[in-house]
Amino acid sequence: MMQLSGLEPFTITSDTNFVNVGERTNVTGSAKFRKLITNGDYDAALSVAREQVENGAQIIDVNMDEGLLDSEEAMVTFLNLIAAEPDIARVPVMVDSSKWTVIEAGLKCLQGKAIVNSISMKEGKEAFIAVAKKVRRYGAAVVVMAFDEDGQADTAQRKIDICKMSYDILVNEVGFDPSDIIFDPNVFAVATGIEEHNNYGVDFIEACAWIRKNLKGAHVSGGISNLSFSFRGNNLVREAMHSVFLYHAIKVGMDMGIVNAGQLVLYDDIDAELRERIEDVILNRRDDGTDRLLEIAERFRGEKGKPRIVDLKWRELPVAKRLEHSLVHGINKFVVEDTEEARQNFDRPLHVIEGPLMDGMNVVGDLFGDGKMFLPQVVKSARVMKQAVNYLMPFMDAEKAELGIEGSSSNGKILMATVKGDVHDIGKNIVGVVLQCNNFEVIDLGVMVPSSEILRRAREENVDVIGLSGLITPSLDEMCHVAAEMEREGFDLPLLIGGATTSRIHTAVKIDPNYHKGQTIYVTDASRAVGVVTKLVGDARDDLLAEVKVDYIQAAEQHARSRGKKQRLSIEDARSNGFKIDWQGYEAPRPSFLGTKTFVDYDLSSLKDYIDWAPFFSTWEMKGQFPAILEDDVYGEAARPLYADALEMLEKIFNEKWLTASAVIGFWPAAAVGDDIRLYTDETRTVELATFHSLRQQIARKTVRKNVAMSDFIAPLETGINDYVGGFAVTSGKGEEDIIAGFEKDGDDYSKILFQSLADRLAEAMAEQMHERVRREFWGYAPDEILSRADLIGESYQGIRPAPGYPSQPDHTEKRTLFDLLDAEEQAGIQLTESFAMWPASAVSGMYFSHPESHYFGVGKIERDQVEDYASRKGITLVEAERWLAPILNYEPRSRTVAA
Amino acid sequence: MAFENFIKPDRTQELLQLAKNRILVMDGAMGTMLQDYKFTEEQFRGDRFARWNQDIKGNNDILNLTQPDTVKEIHAAFFDAGADIIETNTFSSTTIAQADYAMESIAFELNYQGARIASEAARKATDRDPSRPRFVAGAIGPTNRSASISPDVNNPGFRNVTFDDLRTAYGDAARALLLGGVDLLLVETIFDTLNAKAAVFAIDELFEELGTKVPVMISGTITDRSGRTLSGQTPTAFWYSVSHADPFSIGLNCALGAEEMRAHIDEISTVAPTLVCAYPNAGLPNEFGEYDESPAHMAGMLGEFARSGLVNVVGGCCGTTPAHIKEIVDAVSGVKPRVIPSRLQGLVA
Repeated sequence: MMQLSGLEPFTITSDTNFVNVGERTNVTGSAKFRKLITNGDYDAALSVAREQVENGAQIIDVNMDEGLLDSEEAMVTFLNLIAAEPDIARVPVMVDSSKWTVIEAGLKCLQGKAIVNSISMKEGKEAFIAVAKKVRRYGAAVVVMAFDEDGQADTAQRKIDICKMSYDILVNEVGFDPSDIIFDPNVFAVATGIEEHNNYGVDFIEACAWIRKNLKGAHVSGGISNLSFSFRGNNLVREAMHSVFLYHAIKVGMDMGIVNAGQLVLYDDIDAELRERIEDVILNRRDDGTDRLLEIAERFRGEKGKPRIVDLKWRELPVAKRLEHSLVHGINKFVVEDTEEARQNFDRPLHVIEGPLMDGMNVVGDLFGDGKMFLPQVVKSARVMKQAVNYLMPFMDAEKAELGIEGSSSNGKILMATVKGDVHDIGKNIVGVVLQCNNFEVIDLGVMVPSSEILRRAREENVDVIGLSGLITPSLDEMCHVAAEMEREGFDLPLLIGGATTSRIHTAVKIDPNYHKGQTIYVTDASRAVGVVTKLVGDARDDLLAEVKVDYIQAAEQHARSRGKKQRLSIEDARSNGFKIDWQGYEAPRPSFLGTKTFVDYDLSSLKDYIDWAPFFSTWEMKGQFPAILEDDVYGEAARPLYADALEMLEKIFNEKWLTASAVIGFWPAAAVGDDIRLYTDETRTVELATFHSLRQQIARKTVRKNVAMSDFIAPLETGINDYVGGFAVTSGKGEEDIIAGFEKDGDDYSKILFQSLADRLAEAMAEQMHERVRREFWGYAPDEILSRADLIGESYQGIRPAPGYPSQPDHTEKRTLFDLLDAEEQAGIQLTESFAMWPASAVSGMYFSHPESHYFGVGKIERDQVEDYASRKGITLVEAERWLAPILNYEPRSRTVAA
Repeated sequence: MAFENFIKPDRTQELLQLAKNRILVMDGAMGTMLQDYKFTEEQFRGDRFARWNQDIKGNNDILNLTQPDTVKEIHAAFFDAGADIIETNTFSSTTIAQADYAMESIAFELNYQGARIASEAARKATDRDPSRPRFVAGAIGPTNRSASISPDVNNPGFRNVTFDDLRTAYGDAARALLLGGVDLLLVETIFDTLNAKAAVFAIDELFEELGTKVPVMISGTITDRSGRTLSGQTPTAFWYSVSHADPFSIGLNCALGAEEMRAHIDEISTVAPTLVCAYPNAGLPNEFGEYDESPAHMAGMLGEFARSGLVNVVGGCCGTTPAHIKEIVDAVSGVKPRVIPSRLQGLVA
């Protein structure tokens, strides 16, 4: 009998039914919760927890494992807040993390008896005992994974052996109450087509039965969703598999699990034939089980138990409705014949556009606005629209030649540009497409557009709105500049601001004050852009502008008030609380070569498995984990076809050699000198080659965490240790422009954006693969490393590859030093713009650190004392340093430079 | 029960044997007894703290150093009344609680001397009648801070003490008490279970370091009629949260008096497979802030606890005098101690 507690006791006895652990307060399981936590919206995060308890969760799982979070602080903050909410705190907490330090920080906040999730013998018996002892001392129950130094247990015998050994250690050596032990014997995917996987379901169920029979008192739990991984995209079959599996596992004693209860079907409600074939697979009853399940699985996709057939009934509708259907569903198969039919019904070709086509696009716009359609679907609709319009163009030209009648009137004219120094335009292109869908005329000036060009074209074209985009931090300054220029030249048009590093606060505090004659407006994403632009060209314009103005004044005031509140350490104190690695006896691994190595015509097809798909979907404004997003209730329907299209295009990119890739990497002898990293020409370490400057966190810590700088990861000069640092620059973007131009010519924005977002992912994948080769081969400190794709994305390898301009080193100008060392312009064909953006855009560069304790971190806001010190180390003026570091300054620079 | 390895293994065996045979009686209140002496600021200070830069009157634990004879006298009076176990005068001797008097630096000494004085009293009493061994429990109070409640209503996530602060303070206190010669440790008057968990954690660390153990008593307090601790737990949830300490006894003390305590002790008695201990106040404070429940009345109620099979250890908290203890001894004398319910017995690891 397991006894847990929050404010109230919770007992699990042999009579207790299966205990379902709530997983909504898990950042790895819930995109919504992750967003709330990363945004610091703890009030809303508490509501998620409360709702979960109100809906009957008997235990809540709390997980803060998100790379960009200070997981310990997030865990502590959240649990302390929960403690003040009796309606949440009444249930026990499952403290969930892959990091022991996060678990421990959580245990220190819980008065009740919690569950630790999880520990294992992955790092050997001694480490296991040490952690288990602490768990017992904190008075928690524990989930033990069937995992040892040889890896995760797959067969029933391995699961049994590891669980038995863990049990004996916990009970006899650590003094655990057996009923405080919960085994997770690993649920693995079945029906994968790989014969060795066929018995995984049986292995789990057998191990479960054995544990419950032989390891007296212990419980069994597991994460079920892995089981049906090979049927992702087919929720009906997956849910049926989960329910059949649970039926059998619970029967033999599985008594706890993390399951989405709302998505379970009743065992008895499953179609008898489907259930039998699933049972064949899970219980491994016949060799052809997988094939037989696959055979019928398709029939169960979508509607409950109803076979799916292609429904062409809509073809019987009137032509206007057919066009609407094609637009809404992004079907291009019939659009030309339907457009022709419509043309014959109308007096003028223009009326087809203004009539049925625009009506259809309005439906798309409304669905998008209501959150019922998602970006990939909208962009596909736009493609269908353009095909129709392109078909009509010759008729309109002919009409013009014959009758001299001019074309249509749009809702308004928008000029868009990525600012000078920046090359990123996927987001801008998406906004452009969505605006066009809503009958706005978009004039897209492309990338790296100087302010003079933007203003000249805006005047010539007599536009209604200007939109600026940028991705890297120096672009923020350039946007201030454009705003100031608009003021100077007497513009009063609304100025829209968007892009990854822009924000409402920055717009309100930094950009808006430069432009009094008009109004700047920050736009989060494409979905918002349409609403804002529609208001700006309509009657609501003045209301919106007034509303934004008031909002920005308040935001600026609030920002000014909160500025002083954030406590920072002096740079001296931050240094003395630096991340101190114990260098005693450390021998730095020596790279296989010093200097640089160039790779030309790199094989792109080898990168397929290295692609991190979550950011790809995020580009398309669908946030979530991959592959879970493919079956997401909300996004799944839009995500699946997008993913299929992406895979298809990838094949073309590889087979038809659309892109060529190149790279350069290098290693140099190095030593840390204060917060700098000094590089030498050769192993004698007598001649200095270059210096990387690093920035140190100045946050005043509430926990024992350190104030890290990148230089902490390199052996200090005085240790006498021969350490090294590496660097790299890779690009997969050569040929990009031709392909983009081709799609532009065809009016196929969908393919163009799809291609751009894939090229971007390929560059990241190339950086990932190169880093792996560096670890295994070129630096060679982890020759035996074998990591799964999830491990790669989770960055669970030794060493890091931080990039200038990103959180660990926010100063983009360090890229200049890196590029000089690598001769990256010449060797890899990557140029730096005046804002230190890389061109082609599909490029990644950064540094390599090898020390096992090196890790990613965010420098956060820094104080003037460090900036002064940094400027003098770098040999630049304070004003210049403040300009490049503007986004991370924790103070108002004395001499605010409005770029002239 | 699994106490194999003790600092004084024979003393502990004696205690365990005793607890099997009869209900054990603890002492009454030290604090309210000391108040009756009406010591002046000068008497609190003694010679040693004559020039201390702030008032220390009210810091009862300092009397271990400045008025040790009085403390010893009170211990002796409770032994004379028939107590088996007395508590050291160290309720506030943690660095955290002593911070009110800027006396963090002498916290160790307060515990050590408190343990020495009580042990000396116990030795004398035992010598007088070797057939009745007497024991000393080192008292560890809750401190005046809470690890799971914010002192600032506008900032519910804020804490003015951390688990690790408490763990260090409790560890230091327990170490000094053991060095001073106590037979048991008593984590008492727990209003926030997280504080108690920090104490239990520190004690377990200390036991590991020393390679020995002594019995640990754990006692919570339920301060209002909602039937929950100040930090919000029900009695059963409280027990589940500290059961990993494998304590000698679990129970409640202080608070509203025996009558209000009965239901909660009953609840704990049905869920805890270890000894149960109750030492309430002498009723509720009257309009003058005095506890005035008569010895006979209180003994009557604790006698009923005993006859109903709810308890193994009884005693008194605020307002109880040697007279109360004497009546309680008589009331439970000859009554069989509570037997751990058989359905719970299999749960003892």
